Amino acid sequence: MSGIQKDVARGIGALAFALAFGAAPALAQTKEPIRIGLSMAQTGPLSGAGKSGLVALQIWRDDVNAGGGLLGRPVELVVYDDQTNPALTPGIYTKLLDVDKVDLLIAPYGTNPTAPVMPLVKQRDLLLMGNFALDANAQIKHDKYFNNQPWSSAKDAVGPFLGLSTKLGAKTIAILAADAEFAQNLAGGVRQGLKEYGLRAVYDQNYPPNTIDFSSMLRAIRAQGPDVVFVASYPSDSAAIIRALREIGVGDSVKLFGGGMVGLQYASHLEALGSMLNGVVNYHVWAPEKTLDFPGMREFVARYQARAKEANVDPLGFYLPPYDYAIGEMLAQAVTATKSLDHKVLAKYFREHELSTIVGSIRFGPTGEWARPRMIYVQFRDIANKNLDQFRSPGKQVIVAPDVFKTGEVVPFNQLRR
Amino acid sequence: MLLVDAVIAGVLLGCFYAAVSVGLSIAFGLLDVPHIAHPAFLVLGAYGAYLLGEQGMDPLLAGTLLTPIFFVLGMAVYRFYYVAFEARGSDAGLRGLAFFFGLAFIVEVALILTFGVDQRMVEASYIGDSVSLGIVRLPTRMLVAFGVAVLLTIVLSLYLSFTFTGRAVKAVAQDETALALMGADPVRVKQWGFGIATATCALAGALMIIIGPVEPGLGRLYIGRTFCVAVLAGLGSMPGTLAAGIILGVAESVVLSSVGASWASAVAFGILLIVLAVRPAGLFGR
Amino acid sequence: MGAERNAGGWLNFIAGGAAILAIALVLTRTIGNEYFFFAGYVVLQFIVLATAWNILGGYAGYVNFGSGAFFAVGAYTAAALFKAFGAPLLAQLMAAMVVSGFLGFMVGALTLRLRGIFFSIGTVAVAVICETMVVNWSFVGGSRGLTVLHPSASAFFGSYTRLLFVVMTVLAVLAVTIARGIERSWIGRGLQAIRDSEEAAECSGVPTLKLKLTAATVSGALMGLAGAPLPFYINFIEPASAFSLNYAVLALAMPIIGGTASWVGPVIGAVLLGSVQQVVTVTVSSELNVLVVGLLLVAFVVAAPDGILGLARKLFGGTRRR
Repeated sequence: MSGIQKDVARGIGALAFALAFGAAPALAQTKEPIRIGLSMAQTGPLSGAGKSGLVALQIWRDDVNAGGGLLGRPVELVVYDDQTNPALTPGIYTKLLDVDKVDLLIAPYGTNPTAPVMPLVKQRDLLLMGNFALDANAQIKHDKYFNNQPWSSAKDAVGPFLGLSTKLGAKTIAILAADAEFAQNLAGGVRQGLKEYGLRAVYDQNYPPNTIDFSSMLRAIRAQGPDVVFVASYPSDSAAIIRALREIGVGDSVKLFGGGMVGLQYASHLEALGSMLNGVVNYHVWAPEKTLDFPGMREFVARYQARAKEANVDPLGFYLPPYDYAIGEMLAQAVTATKSLDHKVLAKYFREHELSTIVGSIRFGPTGEWARPRMIYVQFRDIANKNLDQFRSPGKQVIVAPDVFKTGEVVPFNQLRR
Repeated sequence: MLLVDAVIAGVLLGCFYAAVSVGLSIAFGLLDVPHIAHPAFLVLGAYGAYLLGEQGMDPLLAGTLLTPIFFVLGMAVYRFYYVAFEARGSDAGLRGLAFFFGLAFIVEVALILTFGVDQRMVEASYIGDSVSLGIVRLPTRMLVAFGVAVLLTIVLSLYLSFTFTGRAVKAVAQDETALALMGADPVRVKQWGFGIATATCALAGALMIIIGPVEPGLGRLYIGRTFCVAVLAGLGSMPGTLAAGIILGVAESVVLSSVGASWASAVAFGILLIVLAVRPAGLFGR
Repeated sequence: MGAERNAGGWLNFIAGGAAILAIALVLTRTIGNEYFFFAGYVVLQFIVLATAWNILGGYAGYVNFGSGAFFAVGAYTAAALFKAFGAPLLAQLMAAMVVSGFLGFMVGALTLRLRGIFFSIGTVAVAVICETMVVNWSFVGGSRGLTVLHPSASAFFGSYTRLLFVVMTVLAVLAVTIARGIERSWIGRGLQAIRDSEEAAECSGVPTLKLKLTAATVSGALMGLAGAPLPFYINFIEPASAFSLNYAVLALAMPIIGGTASWVGPVIGAVLLGSVQQVVTVTVSSELNVLVVGLLLVAFVVAAPDGILGLARKLFGGTRRR
């Protein structure tokens, strides 16, 4: 072989080499993507968290695709805005299945938008990854539903709160709940637990979802002089109630206030309400306290916060994002392990295995909920107004229940709020 | 004690209801325009106050500044309505109604497209605090709304009774031909009246967003309330509007505190149906 | 105008109706895409709603803003019956028809005291009161709504949605037949007289009250029928969406845009608007399509008060007697 021929041969060899390796990701691109369909609340009452959850799923998708995809195929998210409106979700999911022909499904964020989808997936016998929906499967008992939410039932969810009331020596309780799925489920859990925790309900009212003024209700509660006030509300109501609390007050008898108020985990609310939150005890799923430092969590939160700034979503990301990222992780684990997209096969995998994610290792119980609940209750302390950064460090959302995660003792509400 | 609390809160709330209904009392009560888009204009005013509030402006100031703009808007809408419907007579009733219905819808959807479905609020020094009168705590924003509402009603009452144009607006309702014979153009007068009615929506809308957060669909909740107040008042009476508003406010407040929030929305319509059945002329009706 | 021409007209009409039913049945066997039936059901439902609205609104001139209530009452009657007794679809339809018809009768009674805009506000009042009552009725789930699992797919149709599609086709043909029947009979002429001038009609001896009550009852019953299959259709029912003002606006806009003078108008309006809506909702936002409906409504009301039918007549010349 002459010199030139050798050069050409080397050149062709190099080219072939480059083509082979350069083309490998290109080959992955030309493969049919795996499509995951979901609706997410990007407008409407739950959009504050919904948008942040979507960013987390997008981070997951990018992570997976950077690593070569699932089963060698790129992952694609097909997302619609359900406006937190349960009337829209059945249509959206029918469209995802029949028109967009997605391979896998993730449920909408929230109990309300998820409830109407359950009959649909049950009748078509499909796998559905639940996304913070409470007791959505209690009636339907679908065997392919797996809900990523750190509490398994309403009773487990409110147990720690009721335990706190016993600790504070409470005898009477006022219950205020929105007339909507999640709030009613929680309130139901409280009503069931009254006897066990030695409490008597002196006020128990539901309010319609579009209520904006809570002065009358707080006045009525105050007139009863309860020891504990349990509120199950949605983001806008929660904000309105906290404001009304500041304006009208709830009386000097109240030792414990809060419980199931959605929205007090969102950065927007924390910033807007500021010192009005002091003393309130409310549920959460994560706080930057040392008892919840799971492997991978802090790193994810940092990455999320970087993206959140540009995307103009919840800047803290303590609530929905880690759990939505975890949904992605679980799907990836199941698909990779079973090498299949068959819903029956994947459901079996979920039932039989423990999954490791950034929110800890997860085991599912028979109805598709977490076998080991982990709802925590935080008390807001020393919150200053209009300062979001204070929430990034420990001490502002002190974990007061359950004992295994506690970072501080609960202080009675009437003590903190003269 | 709770009842007293509820009644006082109801009076404050009622004056706010009067303020948002006063424009309808004029447009519908005096001018007989089937203005079912009135609540939509209120929400428009509220968003106007929100936009200016984003620039740092106090909502009451914003409402006052927007008043002339809404006045012009009102005149334009009436002109259009007159040319399209009243001038052509006959089927005007059904079509005029459908027109305003469609208009209300367009305004609501336009707001959704511009601002989204999420709630909007404003901030001001008087929002969030309360004043204590003995055991009763009154939110300052309600006191502000109360004050402005009473002021608005008094000003309009005086205007309609003592100024030339005001009296003309009242007269065109009673006897259009006589007015024309006296040299005033009834159409111009009605246009002016409708302009005033719409102008009140600017300030009333600002009150709305002071009282609580607004979202584009809020108008639907106010159809019942505004028409209830306007009809109960006795069409066209300003003092009647204030009285009717207070009655509605107290009724709603008492129902809210006792029977529960789920029934509150039916109160306005319940009262309206009763009034229509028993005394359609209203309290101070002509 | 002889009996023969009438009979001939009816024969053609019935043949047409039967043909449509046959087509619907064939479609359920041939088209594979489920979403087609999902969307088609909605369009058919609006044909029923628009036709029903037109009986009271177009023929008699009484504008009903509360169509959502009749629709939702029908839906909730069906859901309640199913939850309590596991009632089959046919029973649900019958019950819905009766209950909504009764509600229509009550609304018709309102017209004794209320005219024009007062009547319309009255219908809004009835709608809100109905909604409040349902919200407070815990048996059907109140604000939270109720899950309704329809029976598993029927053997002939392959999926329940297809069955509902055919049911809705039947209802649509029924509604249109009734509307045409009313329009061409003495009832229709009486209603027209009421619309033109109620006082004059009364003075001429037209039994206005009877006619208004009939129109209102029929209108309400048909709207209830349109709503009855809804719980089975979405497997879920909740007050906010069932009582939505959207139904009221569409039930009103479709006949006005299509033309209120005859039974053809609402059908045109429903098919046109309904189909456009389904396409737009899938591709663009759902707000935009509501905006388009509002704009079209205002445009037609102002510029083309007789709707598309009126425009067509102007374009192609009108030899047909109304």
